[in-house]
Amino acid sequence: MYEFFFVLIPRHFPFLLEGALVTLELSFLSMAFGLVLGLATALGRLSGKRWLDWPLMTYVEIWRDVPLIVQLMVIYFTLPTIGITLSGFWAGVLGLSLNLGAYLSEVFRAAILSIDPGQRAAGMSIGMSKPMIYRRIIFPQAFRIAIPTIGGYFIALLKDSSLVSFISVNELLRNGNIIISNTFRNMEVYMMVAIIYFILSFVASRLIRHLEHQLTPKYLRRQGRKAKALAPDIAVLP
Amino acid sequence: MSEAPLLSVRGLHKSFGALHVLKGVDLAVRSGEVAFLIGPSGGGKSTLIRCINFLETPSSGEITFDGRPLCHEDGRIFHLAPERVLRAARSEMPMVFQHFNLFSHRTVLENVIEGPIMVKRRPRAEAIADAERLLREVGLHDKSDFYPDQLSGGQKQRVAIARALAMRPKLILFDEPTSALDPELVAGILDTIRALADRGMTLVVVSHEMAFARKLADVVHFIADGTIMESGPPDRIFDNPQNPRLSGFIRSILH
Repeated sequence: MYEFFFVLIPRHFPFLLEGALVTLELSFLSMAFGLVLGLATALGRLSGKRWLDWPLMTYVEIWRDVPLIVQLMVIYFTLPTIGITLSGFWAGVLGLSLNLGAYLSEVFRAAILSIDPGQRAAGMSIGMSKPMIYRRIIFPQAFRIAIPTIGGYFIALLKDSSLVSFISVNELLRNGNIIISNTFRNMEVYMMVAIIYFILSFVASRLIRHLEHQLTPKYLRRQGRKAKALAPDIAVLP
Repeated sequence: MSEAPLLSVRGLHKSFGALHVLKGVDLAVRSGEVAFLIGPSGGGKSTLIRCINFLETPSSGEITFDGRPLCHEDGRIFHLAPERVLRAARSEMPMVFQHFNLFSHRTVLENVIEGPIMVKRRPRAEAIADAERLLREVGLHDKSDFYPDQLSGGQKQRVAIARALAMRPKLILFDEPTSALDPELVAGILDTIRALADRGMTLVVVSHEMAFARKLADVVHFIADGTIMESGPPDRIFDNPQNPRLSGFIRSILH
């Protein structure tokens, strides 16, 4: 029978929390850059300009079709040979952002395309400019459609950031591994690591649910079922 | 008495790829006039009205609105007015759509004040006062805080008309305003449009409501195969059509 060695938990918990903090930093920074990159890529691809569309499409395809861990290895180990040296942390942020941007661009593109063309026509017919139509008519509606999917990607990102431990960033998983190599108690440590990941993701998913609720017009909130039926569900996660 | 028309269209062509939809349309609408565009489906009525509003860019030809050329031909080169000029023109001849196209994330009031505030840069308080008056006129002042999803088709269309009026337009374009409505709601919208005509508003209406066209129109234009085949006062168009296509069309509607 395995004997749990509970005394490890309080002793090493602060070190794991330090790692969790880095995990959160990685995730929030990558999310912010990924959102900007994804939106810019989606708009570029929707602009109808071919010289813009095909390089962006190439970017999306490459970053979706190569495993994230390989991307991180290339950025961290190979870029220095051509003179670009990044710390593990920033290499991680770069890799995760580019990866997320590729996926989110498709989410944004689908959400924008799902808005009835009549909305744009109505904006144009009263003399609104294109940027104004995007900002005031299309984005608010598209964002509401995209938010559950974006939230799903954020939770995936929180967990995928553990791959950054392979390029020696002291985030949650790597700190756990360090404790294990000193104590040889992998059961206790991995359980703690797993529980912290679970808590982070669970809190994130509740916050996203709350944000979704806030973005739903008040008259739809009361009727939970109807609101669900009206919010198109395009959530497909990798 | 030969005042220049408010809107004039000359030799307008529009192609979508290989599909030649408008084949040289000439149309003049005087200020205060109610013009109806009738004709078979696919004849180009909706494309014409969308070109006038520049929701579609014409392929060639000339459109002049309120003395300003919006597009014209110089030699053989087609010139389009700058985006800024087109936008200003659009804001003075808003369109009311078949499917209403209300901004679905905005309340009724927000739909009506969007244009005045964002495009005309009017103070918010003034825009709201104006919108409330217009909503009262169309009988929807108690629905100000409702969202489009909570309204019937007829109510939506009346909000769309209020949204157009809020621009203080010189002309309103109607693209089959009653075609998507339940039959019992049609009369209400027609009454609203009639009230606009009675006030002297210039209207260009694409419609299949022939009885309504007959009562309200100053001029009826019959469009088929991408050209205006016959124009005239409603009595002559409906009772004494000259063009064989038009008489065939009228017969097909009456029987």
